[in-house]
Amino acid sequence: MRIGTAEKLRRDLTVLVALTVVYLGVAWFVPNSYYQLILTLVPIWAAFGVSWNILSGYGGQLSFGQASFFGIGGYTVTLALVYWNLTPWLGIPLGVVMGGVAAVVIGTPTFRLRGHYFALAMLAYPLAILYFMQYFGFQEVSLPMHRDEPAAFLEFADPRYYTIVAVGLLFVSVLACIAVENSRFGLALLALRQNELAAEAAGIDTRTWKMRALIVSGMIAAGAGGLYACVQLVVTPDSVFGMLVSAQPVVMTLFGGVASLWGPVIGAAFLVPLSKLLDAYAGDYLRGIQGVVYGATVIAIILAAPDGLFWTFRDRFFRPKAPEPLPAAYPSARGFAAAHASPIALMKVEGLSKSFGGLRAVSNVSFTIGEGEILGIIGPNGAGKTTLFNLLNGVLPSDGGTATLGGEAMLGKKVHQICHMGVGRTFQVVRSFARLPLLDNVIVGAYGAGLSDQEAADAAIRALHRTGLAEQAGVPAGQLTNKQLRLMELARALAGQPRLLLLDETLAGLGREECDDVLNVLHRLREEGMTIGIIEHTMHAMMRIADRFLVLDHGAVLASGTPREVVEDRSVIEAYLGKKWLAKQDA
Amino acid sequence: MDLETLIESVLNALTAGITIGCIYGLMCIGLGLIFGIMKVVNFAQGELLMLGMFASFYLVTGGGVLAFLGPYIGPFVGAILAGPIVFVFGAMLHKFLISRVSGLRTAGSIDDGHFGQLIVTLGISLILQNGGMIVFGTIPVTVRTPLSSSAFLIGPVYGDATIFLNKAKLVACAVAIITALALYFVLEFTRVGKALRAAADNPTAATYMGIDVDKYYRMAFGLGSGITAIAGGLMATYLSFGSFIGFDYVIIMYSGVVLGGIGSIMGAFWGGMTVGLVQQMSALVLPPQLQNAAIFIVFLLIVMLRPQGLFGRSAERA
Repeated sequence: MRIGTAEKLRRDLTVLVALTVVYLGVAWFVPNSYYQLILTLVPIWAAFGVSWNILSGYGGQLSFGQASFFGIGGYTVTLALVYWNLTPWLGIPLGVVMGGVAAVVIGTPTFRLRGHYFALAMLAYPLAILYFMQYFGFQEVSLPMHRDEPAAFLEFADPRYYTIVAVGLLFVSVLACIAVENSRFGLALLALRQNELAAEAAGIDTRTWKMRALIVSGMIAAGAGGLYACVQLVVTPDSVFGMLVSAQPVVMTLFGGVASLWGPVIGAAFLVPLSKLLDAYAGDYLRGIQGVVYGATVIAIILAAPDGLFWTFRDRFFRPKAPEPLPAAYPSARGFAAAHASPIALMKVEGLSKSFGGLRAVSNVSFTIGEGEILGIIGPNGAGKTTLFNLLNGVLPSDGGTATLGGEAMLGKKVHQICHMGVGRTFQVVRSFARLPLLDNVIVGAYGAGLSDQEAADAAIRALHRTGLAEQAGVPAGQLTNKQLRLMELARALAGQPRLLLLDETLAGLGREECDDVLNVLHRLREEGMTIGIIEHTMHAMMRIADRFLVLDHGAVLASGTPREVVEDRSVIEAYLGKKWLAKQDA
Repeated sequence: MDLETLIESVLNALTAGITIGCIYGLMCIGLGLIFGIMKVVNFAQGELLMLGMFASFYLVTGGGVLAFLGPYIGPFVGAILAGPIVFVFGAMLHKFLISRVSGLRTAGSIDDGHFGQLIVTLGISLILQNGGMIVFGTIPVTVRTPLSSSAFLIGPVYGDATIFLNKAKLVACAVAIITALALYFVLEFTRVGKALRAAADNPTAATYMGIDVDKYYRMAFGLGSGITAIAGGLMATYLSFGSFIGFDYVIIMYSGVVLGGIGSIMGAFWGGMTVGLVQQMSALVLPPQLQNAAIFIVFLLIVMLRPQGLFGRSAERA
């Protein structure tokens, strides 16, 4: 569990236990079997919603195909009972395992896709399975009855027992979701939802976390599907793999509040009874009216509460407390000896090249960055500076050349692996996790480096102090100023304990005073012995901070050396100011 | 199966695939405008198709105003006129509902408003399906034309192998191609088209250029609705339909748009064509239950091989 979540954890668990007790208490006194069925279905669909919420809500991997897992759960339980006479008490766990396996099988190819392509590709799986099920003759499979020992086969004459089992399933699902939400798992998912590249650059192996989310999600969904089959006593491809089944958890979770623990529960508690009661009563008067009323209700409520009921109510009635600043002083982890640029090369780049079609964005670039040195990388727009960084930290594959960090090869690795080697990176366009508080934004970087919960919290707090952001620790990143965001990215990179920082236009768009503040932070970092490669346009700033310059033009190295050498270099002047200017100077 | 029969069935499946593919292509262009270009997730697109079918049906059959055109020309004129009717409906839909969860209102939010759009359009879809059942009744109907039961014969091309071209589908295919081309020229070469594309591509920048983004969004949404409706009107001549028909086609439309590459209008057409071809060609080798499964499997294979679709571009600046 993450540091600082204990209070939330206690509160959520209390609410969970209280809700369970109250729900079961009320359900016990409901005699009508149709109402009792509704009370059984609410927790089942809520658990299904929870499963979708983990993958698509927290992780942002929108999926329209959650029915794959629901259906696999349902059919596993049913077919195991029909062919092997396996009791659903074991069939449901078997279905859960099958759901996890299906998640790996489906996720492995499908996570190559992103965004809408992913969402719609996921939809194709349950529909393809649906037609295969029809083809194999499983149009309608009933669960055989066991009159001699019904309870052993999860068959109850009293529907209240089904409700108890369903509530148990939801209880376990919510516990799983609580565990995800309050651990590095949840933070990794939230980070990856808000900005995948930034999460990756902060050292988070996004692919692995996505897969884990899909597995957990698939298992919960399969459990819900398995129990659903037992309650309905019959499965058809349409009732468990159909498009409407895939739509259910999406609608309920969005309705209740996405990426919140209680969202799917609220959604199910509201929508399942609504649709069932409409079916039972309104449908008799005029066939079809129930769908119209249901659709209109859903639209009306989502327009009134666009973020879902949970978030809208929370924002209106429970304003989050004003964030507390961190304690003023925090001991630094180690004493920093003032280090100076040493001749030992930390990073060595040789003959690095990259073409986009016919355009040679980076061609045959060689340079070194010495231990403790600040290397300024300058050049006109389109010179290939950012592309160079993208090659070095694995965003783009290179066409040729080598790059080593402390003797270890860098090229051909993934973004998060480069981060693990000790390379921190900031982006030209700030990539923040807007909804997360500043401290969590920075902790993401610390988790990325593989630190334990306590170490990560410490490293993040230390990074905030080093960048002068300690006062804003609790503020959501979306409310920070441009300068604070720039420093936040720096802090996030620092929290990962890097040996080398690659800063891409960290000063872009800052006023002169703000610029000075950031430069002071960089100065301090250098004194602490940090090695930095920085892309920058502002020459006066660069002259103050860089030990050496590397000048790029049209993808190639134009010059390199001390700031003075470089600004007097004729080819550099020409590239920046043109031949005419040079001729005028000479005249 | 001897060679002659084989050739005959392959050629017939191919021509049927192409003719149906053109109509699917037009249908997909409608969604391509709304989902691909405007980036609005619209799950009610199938119902817009359904409305196109019924619009044509009520115009042409019984005491409809176009009944005087007769069963040969009438159904196709009806299909084309379904376009403007559903255009107006789509524009209203956008004005009162969709605009509240899309465009400038949601630009820059974490999910770009997709979650809201999802729920609202699913709601619209439910209302139109069930409301359609109340208004249009439960008995499937069709727009009858004698053309659908006669065919041009080509050949024999090899031995006795002959290609049968269903006349209704052939005319529908021609109308679909002409509509698609007309739309292409409007979008590509007229002022309105350029403004539409600019507004859809980057609403904020378009506002700075003095484009009334709200108006053009409404038009683009209406246009996307109308185009799909024309395809619906054309399909009404060869299949029987009820208010729930949109359900079967909304998935085909999304498959087509994604296959072609999100954001590309021509891509959407070719994506729809691919779906049509796969559907018809798979009938040669697969049992009927698996023909629809074939669509999804081919769909998955293509997206896995080309994650940005056939005509899509993918680029992200770091």
